[in-house]
Amino acid sequence: MTVLELKGISKHFGAIQALNDVSLTIEPGAVVGLMGDNGAGKSTLVKIIAGNFPPSHGTIRVQDREVHFHKPVEARESGIEVVYQDLALCNNLTAAANVFLGRELRRGVWPLRILDYATMYKRAAELFKELKSETRPRDLVKQMSGGQRQAVAIARTRLSDSKIVLMDEPTAAISVRQVAEVLNLIRRLRDQGIAVILISHRMPDVFSVCDRIVVLRRGTKVADKEIAKSSPEEVTALITGALERA
Amino acid sequence: MAVSLDDTINRQTHSTLSWLLSRQTFWVFLAAVLACIALTFMTDTFATKNNLFNVTRNFAFVGIVAIGMTVVIISGGIDLSVGSTLCLSAIVTGLVMSAGYPLGLGIAAALVAAILVGVVNGVLIAYVGMPPFVVTLGMLSVARSMALVLSNNKMVYQFGPDQALLLQLGGGTTFGIANPLIVLAIMALIAGFVFRWTGWGRHIFAIGGNEQAAILTGVPVRRIKVGVYVISALTAGIAGVLMTGWLGSVTTNLGTGMELTVIAATVIGGANLAGGTGTAFGAVVGAALIEVIRNSLILLGISTFWQGAFVGSFIVIAVAFDRIRSFRQSD
Ligand SMILES: Nc1ncnc2c1ncn2[C@@H]1O[C@H](COP(=O)(O)OP(=O)(O)OP(=O)(O)O)[C@@H](O)[C@H]1O
Ligand SMILES: [Mg+2]
Repeated sequence: MTVLELKGISKHFGAIQALNDVSLTIEPGAVVGLMGDNGAGKSTLVKIIAGNFPPSHGTIRVQDREVHFHKPVEARESGIEVVYQDLALCNNLTAAANVFLGRELRRGVWPLRILDYATMYKRAAELFKELKSETRPRDLVKQMSGGQRQAVAIARTRLSDSKIVLMDEPTAAISVRQVAEVLNLIRRLRDQGIAVILISHRMPDVFSVCDRIVVLRRGTKVADKEIAKSSPEEVTALITGALERA
Repeated sequence: MAVSLDDTINRQTHSTLSWLLSRQTFWVFLAAVLACIALTFMTDTFATKNNLFNVTRNFAFVGIVAIGMTVVIISGGIDLSVGSTLCLSAIVTGLVMSAGYPLGLGIAAALVAAILVGVVNGVLIAYVGMPPFVVTLGMLSVARSMALVLSNNKMVYQFGPDQALLLQLGGGTTFGIANPLIVLAIMALIAGFVFRWTGWGRHIFAIGGNEQAAILTGVPVRRIKVGVYVISALTAGIAGVLMTGWLGSVTTNLGTGMELTVIAATVIGGANLAGGTGTAFGAVVGAALIEVIRNSLILLGISTFWQGAFVGSFIVIAVAFDRIRSFRQSD
């Protein structure tokens, strides 16, 4: 069984061909590193899988069923969770409000369904603890450090029983200790059978947690192989184009 | 280790007092209260029952529309068409009632007109993706033109069989309190509740804070934005009906320039034009302060030509104050 299967995905924005005929298969519990230069199309691929916009061509199958997402909620309902590159946080809201953004917990009976602050604070605190992050649910995200903001974005993915988590540069702009925490979290997800796609420019991160690596160059997939059979040097060459394909 | 992590996560970082002192609304409220106290001692006329009644009724109209404006501004938009929408609704009520229909139908027709204005604004902004400033600037012109067309630019001052009811609604009192003020209080309470306790309220703050994030996390941004402009237009429509009852007549220049007073009230009350912050209470306090300034100039025998200078300075001071405070906080 595969969690996610992309076939011939292309995407163009006007004249810009952001993705060109990309196919990809992800098994449960696989941790796949997705690498590529700036503008290679990584975030675009993530946004297509997450239902932010449809591909121009190609099909997406989740657990062997073809899907057509029209909005992010639909992808989420199929078990796809995303940590976006810019984290998608609202600075004017609290950490807990951001974690639950778009799926707030409510209590009471209709028409008086009100926000369940107590439970949301409690759940958010539990998630931050699980992530070993010193993040206070009631604090405004505006005042938070890079690592805390990252924790808020990652905590979101733990709200539901996800099958696959897409992480777009989750380790950019955080401290060494927090990078280690994020990588540990990825391992914990894998141990629970959740697949992870990790986008990163940091070679050591990719080589320490991923079991497979996929390289995009100018919208085309140029490599897809087991990490054990590759090396940072080879990947660098693939990214820059010094090596055409692997 | 686990214990200390627990402690950090659960630590409360703000006391209620420091939270209160960090609110622009609180300081503006204080300024309004101080102004009232000062006026009580400086004039014999301010603290009279009559004057207080007039002041509270006068600011109620601006306050009602300011609540709708607050919703728009929280979501990161602006609505310049409220003055014209108010006029259009007032004219519609007047025409329907002078044609012999009952008050209920007059109000319903006015609110339908307001909702239509809001839907057009909202759809152009949310679905067509045009800037709120441009769309509502256009609507400012269109809605007033519609009022002119419908009324043929004639004053409406006869409201058919239910005339007395209409005048009572807008100009009368309940338990000694002006009816518009009661409407304002009810609407402020509803808005305050919605902002704090509903998902919809949470989402307008999210949209104003980071619209892209709201879209990515699956908030139905477009639908909510249409709702935001409908609510703004509705508050203008409600104020329009009440004003008709208070004035006893409607002309097509009703509410001209009101959008600026309303936006001023909202901003003085702590809403940020960049979106993401604002309170219902702030809108009410801002509207009250503007009216107190106006009233004090009259009572102190200062030319009302000064009103603009005072209100304008207050906008700048209130926002500058907020800026200075947030500078200090980020240090
Ligand atoms: N919404 C959009 N409209 C137009 N062009 C876009 C849009 N999104 C992305 N692109 C273009 O598509 C290409 C791929 O962008 P993408 O963000 O996927 O790159 P990336 O691999 O994530 O880069 P980075 O490492 O800098 O994050 C770029 O040329 C970009 O300018
Ligand atoms: Mg990217």
